[in-house]
Parts: sequence; C-alpha cells; structure tokens
Amino acid sequence: MQPGEQRDEVEMLSLMLLIRRFEERASQQYQAQKIGGFCHLYIGQEAVVTGAVAAVRDDDYIITAYRDHAHALARGTSADACMAELFGKETGCSRGLGGSMHFFDRKNHMYGGHAIVAAHVPLAVGMAFAIKYRGEDRVTLCFFGDGAINQGAFHEALNLAALYRLPIVFICENNLFAMGTSVKRSTSLKQIVDRTEGYDIPGEIVDGMNFREVRDKIAEVVDSIRKEPHPAFLEARTYRYRGHSMSDPASYRTKEELEKYRLDDPITRLRAQLTREGKLTNEQFDRLDKQAKETVLVAVKFAEQSPQPPLEKLYDYTYADGAKP
Amino acid sequence: MREITYRQALNEALAEELERDPNVFLMGEEVAEYQGAYKVSQGLLQRFGPRRIIDTPISENGFAGLGVGAAMVGLRPIIEFMTFSFSLVAFDQVVNNAPNMFTMSGGQFNIPITFRGPNGPAHQLGATHSHATENFYASVPGLKVCTPATPRDAKGLLKTAVRDDNPVLVLEAELLYSSKGMVEPPDEELLIPLGKADVKREGSDVSVICYAQTVPLALKVAAQLEEEDISAEIVDLRSIKPLDEKAIFDSVTKTHRVVIVEQDHPFCGVGAEVCYRIQKNIFDALDAPIIRVSQEDVPMPYNERLEHAVLPNAEKLIAAVKQVCYA
Ligand SMILES: Cc1ncc(C[n+]2csc(CCOP(=O)(O)OP(=O)(O)O)c2C)c(N)n1
Ligand SMILES: [Mg+2]
Repeated sequence: MQPGEQRDEVEMLSLMLLIRRFEERASQQYQAQKIGGFCHLYIGQEAVVTGAVAAVRDDDYIITAYRDHAHALARGTSADACMAELFGKETGCSRGLGGSMHFFDRKNHMYGGHAIVAAHVPLAVGMAFAIKYRGEDRVTLCFFGDGAINQGAFHEALNLAALYRLPIVFICENNLFAMGTSVKRSTSLKQIVDRTEGYDIPGEIVDGMNFREVRDKIAEVVDSIRKEPHPAFLEARTYRYRGHSMSDPASYRTKEELEKYRLDDPITRLRAQLTREGKLTNEQFDRLDKQAKETVLVAVKFAEQSPQPPLEKLYDYTYADGAKP
Repeated sequence: MREITYRQALNEALAEELERDPNVFLMGEEVAEYQGAYKVSQGLLQRFGPRRIIDTPISENGFAGLGVGAAMVGLRPIIEFMTFSFSLVAFDQVVNNAPNMFTMSGGQFNIPITFRGPNGPAHQLGATHSHATENFYASVPGLKVCTPATPRDAKGLLKTAVRDDNPVLVLEAELLYSSKGMVEPPDEELLIPLGKADVKREGSDVSVICYAQTVPLALKVAAQLEEEDISAEIVDLRSIKPLDEKAIFDSVTKTHRVVIVEQDHPFCGVGAEVCYRIQKNIFDALDAPIIRVSQEDVPMPYNERLEHAVLPNAEKLIAAVKQVCYA
C-alpha cells in the first residue's frame, strides 16, 4: 500500500465528525454535572490523531496525555465506552476508575491517558524498547503537548530513544498554549522541532489542521522505521478551540486568533477536498454528521443506564492479584 | 477582624512578605500572567512586577531546584506547585537537596525556601491528581510541613514559613480556597508559629485530631455529635512537623479517648505517628484504643461514589467516635 492509501478518507472524515460531536456532547454533559473532575476537549485538533491512525496499523502502540478522548475513539474504543468512562461507570474504558484524563484500552492498543505532563513520554520509549526487544515491526506513536517539551522526563526519553534507536514517533501537538502559557513564553527555541537536533532525531513540522498532510508524513516516517528502527519527531501545528479545561475562560488569547484557526477547520478542510474531488456529496456529509450525532446520543444513553462500579470491588484493582494488603 | 477567604488570606501573606523582604520572590506555573491556577497570586504580578513574580514552563524539577540554588546564595524563594501531586516530579529537589544541604555542608548552607500549593484530594481528579503528600514529606528530616485549615491559619503560617530559615512546605487545600473565616486586619502583623496546634472546638468526651481538609469535616461532625450528647474536642494540628505533642497530650488527658482523622493513606500515615506518641507518653490516660480514619489504601478512583468511599467522611468519623466512646 502506498502511503496515504491506508484508510478510506470518507471513513476518516466520519471519525473526525464522531470525535467532534463526542466532545461537544461531553462538554454539555459536563455542564449538566454528569461528568466530574477535569475534562479537556480536543475540538480543533482532530486532524492530528485521525491523520496519525490512518497511517499506522491497528497493532501499533498509541499513548498520549490527558486530552485523550479522541485518541481512544480514533483507536476504535467505542463512543459508549468513552462516554461511560466520563460518567464514571463500570462499562467505561477504564471501568470508571480513570476518568477523562485516564482513558485506557488494551485491546485497541491505546496505552493511556496520562495526566502528569510528560510522564508518559518515557513510557512510550519503554513500549518502543519492547518492540525492538521482541524483534517486531510495530511502531509506537507518542502524543504530547507543547507544554511537555520542557520537562526533564521528555529530554531523558528522547535521548534514550535515540541512543537505543527505538521505533517511535514523537508527535508534539503544538496548539500554541499550555494552559495560559504560550509557547513563546515557555520555550527557549523559536521552533519546537529544533529541540530534536540536540538528540540527533530527525524532526519535521506538519500542518496539524490538514488531515492528509499529517497522514502522509507519518506514513512516510513509519515506513522508514519499520525497515530499520529509529526515533522520529513531528511537530503538528494545531489549535484548540476551547479553553484548556472546562473551567478555563481562555482570556489569554484574542477572539481574532481563535476565528483565524476556526476558518482553517480540519473537518471543513477535508470535506472540501473530498467534495472538490467528487468523492463526497453534501447529502453524504450530512448523513455522516447525523450518524455521528446519533452514535454520541446513544453513547450518552448507554452511559446513563450503565451501572456504577460496585463498592465491593474497591480493592480489586490495587494489586494485580486483587490482594488486599 | 474581618472575614476573608482562605485564598485571599494566602494572597495577603504573599504580598506582605514580598513587600517586607526584597529577597522574597514567587515562582511557579501560571503564577504571574494567569494570576495563579487557583488565583492565589491574583494581582501580585501587577504589584511586584515580573522580576519577582515569575511564570515558569512545566518543569517542576527544574524550578524547584532553581529555588534551592537561589536559596543557597541568599534569596528566599516561594515555589508554587500547581498542586502537590506535581511536586512528585520535583521529589529529588524537595527531598534530597533542600533538607540535606544544611547537614551535608556541615551547617554552611541552610535553605530558606517555601514550597506551597494545594495538596490532597479535591473532587474526582483521579489517581494522579489526588495525592496527599504530608506523610511522605513529614518523614524527611530537615523539612517542616504545615497544613492550614482556616484563612487565619493560612495567612499566619505562610508568613512564618517564608521567614523560617529552613525548607518549609505549606500544604494548602483546593477545596478550602473559597472558604471564609475571620482574620486580623492587614495592618496587624499575623504570624502563627510552626508546631503549634489549635483547639478549634472544646469538648470533654473525645479528642478528634485533624488537620487541613479534615478540620471542617471534624467540626461538622462535632456539631452533629453534640445532638447525641457526645462532646468532641477538635484539635487542629496545623503543623504536621514539628508536631505539637503538648496540645495533643493536654486534650487526651482531658477526654481519654482519641480519633485521628487524616487525609492521607493509612499505611505509615500521619495518624500512625500521632498514635504512637500518645500511647508511648500517656498510655494511662487512654480509656479506649485509638482509632484512625484515613483514606482507604487504594489509588484514588475517579468514580464519585468510590471516591467518597475512599475518603475520610462524616459517616466513618461518627462511627469511629462512637466506637471509642462505646456509645
Ligand atoms: C507535572 C505536571 N505539572 C503541571 C500539570 C498541570 N497541567 C495540566 S495540563 C497543563 C498544560 C499542558 O499543556 P500542553 O502540554 O501544551 O498540552 P495541551 O493542554 O495544550 O493539550 C498543565 C500545566 C500537570 N498535569 N502535570
Ligand atoms: Mg498545548
């Protein structure tokens, strides 16, 4: 298969729609207090994770930070299991124990959902180590934000990956802000991607609002890694439309800036590309969107009707053997 | 006296210490332009400028270490952790550098640093974001740990911490930031010594020893118990280390019964130390075995009902009090 041909693009567009509609519904359910704790929405960034999964196999490993709903959905975790997790129900992808920031799905090779900034980057390197150790041809995709690149864990992980030549793609989802801190105020370099030079890891910038560009670049990099394991780094330039979390009014940025990115919306873009090429009609698009909305409504119902994790099981998941010390 | 919030009290303490001593500065994530993740540093950037109120990247190990280094050469840093769950990224600096320096250098370098921020479980933040760190840190020689529960204590303890010549951790509580209480007017200097507990409510039947978020819980329960003719004395430790043994012993000698309600985990928790000291020193004063109410010994689940079951709560505390009172 040629890079860029792995997955049907219309299917990937409907995945983006599912993610978008899921997040909108999650936001509404959060306001209705059906969801607790912190909740970080991915709206605006959809092209990054969909582009990435379109370029890899289902058995490749994926791991990300706490803005993770989309990564689970993209991996094939059902909207039901994702919404149920937000509701803290036993049918959730982490049994209602993890919550929004800690989505896990072993079956679909989604390894979390990690809420300590950059703490999962070394884990990703460990997963890549295991791939090489076993002589497999999988790759690990490690997603993280622009805020993660100033943690020691990030730097140590990059050096280890380069030193041991591990099969991993570091994907920095640069949405320009870490909470209220812009990249300009957090990072000594002009470009995040330049960080990789110091570790001798090849790095490139991709337009994170453009599905095709993300997919093609990752496909190319992954192709090279499968032939001969090595780390690679991509800085995907993207934007989150909402505040950092549900409680952040995002007053550190201007309406104009937000509008500029909204005009470059990843869903609108892919839709336009496909329509122009005669691969998608307006009716089809509307149908896909309607389907996505319905799937999410069904998920809300599923989450509502699902049982709470039983109190008797409180100690079942502390140690692997279920032992109570 | 006037009524202010816990958040405002901390803000006043920071402002007064920054005003008093030019060597004091505040550094942490989102403390300046964003005005603090929990708005504790509101207005400080505008008042003291970017030289003294400093935003950092997400680099806890780096800026905690920066603080220790700056303290070695004479500054008095206040390092804010957005929450103490993130202080674990800086564990090496807080545990290995800050408290060891004075000993290792044969008394040449003391480290006058304050580490502060919210500590302990808030609401449904899950396992990574709910750490109660007081027992880890209190177990380290060279660190001091305080846990204010009221606006007045928050202000007085933070100011004292900044003036202390040693590393002091001020463990605040997210769920208390908006709570209100009476505090001396700003023109009256308010310093509360470390290592001094405070009886928040007098009682005669049982001593409930608590700190931080468990203080309002204990006070609520005490009011309920009063209706059942059980008179609970509420002893707020305020500092975990140094620990005010005398206040504890005085109360227990009066009531002869003890429940310790703590927000950390049971294994090697704060209550274990308190319990040990009571039985060792005033064993004969006890009329019943001491009971501890703490978190369950599990990582914090996200689900609300399970979280409630893990945390110390009113039902558990009432049951414990009744058990020690044989009521
Ligand atoms: C070690 C640590 N420090 C601080 C935080 C609080 N925090 C959560 S997200 C965040 C900003 C991260 O921004 P970025 O990496 O750019 O990801 P984005 O939110 O933009 O997806 C901060 C400071 C944390 N979770 N972990
Ligand atoms: Mg970001």
